[in-house]
Amino acid sequence: MTAPFALWTYLAATPLLWLTVTVLAWIAADALAQASGRHPLVNPLLLTVAGVAALLLATGTPYGTYFAGAQFVHFLLGPATVAIAVPLFRNWPLVVRHALPMLAALLAGGLTAIASALAVAASLGVPHDVLVALAPKSVTAGIAMGISEGLGGAPALTAVLVIATGLIGAVMVTPLMNALGIRDYAARGFAVGLASHGIGTARAFTVDPVAGTFAGIAMGLNALLSAVLVPLIVRWVL
Amino acid sequence: MLRAFAVLLVCQLAGEVVGRALALPIPGPVLGLVLLAAGLGLASRHGWVTPAEIESTALGRTASGLLAVLGILFVPAGVGIIQQFGLLGQYGLALLLALVISTAVTLVVTVYVFLGVSRWLR
Repeated sequence: MTAPFALWTYLAATPLLWLTVTVLAWIAADALAQASGRHPLVNPLLLTVAGVAALLLATGTPYGTYFAGAQFVHFLLGPATVAIAVPLFRNWPLVVRHALPMLAALLAGGLTAIASALAVAASLGVPHDVLVALAPKSVTAGIAMGISEGLGGAPALTAVLVIATGLIGAVMVTPLMNALGIRDYAARGFAVGLASHGIGTARAFTVDPVAGTFAGIAMGLNALLSAVLVPLIVRWVL
Repeated sequence: MLRAFAVLLVCQLAGEVVGRALALPIPGPVLGLVLLAAGLGLASRHGWVTPAEIESTALGRTASGLLAVLGILFVPAGVGIIQQFGLLGQYGLALLLALVISTAVTLVVTVYVFLGVSRWLR
């Protein structure tokens, strides 16, 4: 009984175990998603996060120990963001042709993302400091946390709200767009990238490369716009 | 493959340097994306690479490979939710409702403005 326990104590503290768990959980979740015909509700990220989080809670493993292994995966977010330049370049003529629609959709969507979240939450009695943390929820995590912190919000809370927004958009976008009868993948991708940043972009890339490209552009543009808009709205309206 | 990865890292690093130096509110990787896109644009102007053939280059294959598994890269940050259950506390339900409604409204507004302006220009 002590030998397996000693082995567990050793492994549970090594980066190798949690890196392996992360990769295997993703492969299993992605296989499930594939088997479901990429059904929007069977979202591999949602399944993996739920599975790994449950395992950490069940084994009493602190997040810091988990992250020591998972950071190698986390690190690749940076290079992967840079890599969006490749489909951007590949689809450049399409991007130029849609420059004006993108600009208009950016302004309308960026403002809507902030204002609608604040309006609903404020009407439900959410207090001011939590509203500040909520305002940048459609922005990619790194910038959203910076915006929130600069305004006196809690960056950790912002991070959770950002990731939840990403998952909600990734699950919602395909059925919603299909129900509305919208088949333009540039428009669909742009909408999900704007509303749900990188997680929406990841979903868009699994549906269509053009959708993924426009999602990536929307993510970048909305990060810029929101860095300006959120402080203005928080100071003037809240 | 290794050279292509080095290109991505160098662009990200250059993005970090530019962002810090100019005190821009944009993260390094997003600036790195802009720098790499500008670099590819310049390269195509000189006839070194065309949009059609980018995907068959080492850089193109590395980028496609990374973007194909983009979802898993959000797992470590997503699992961070286990640390924050307390913060969600009494406002958890109100916040969830705000996120669901806001995300749906944002998707609809964005997609219709995009399509509306596209049609209006045509």
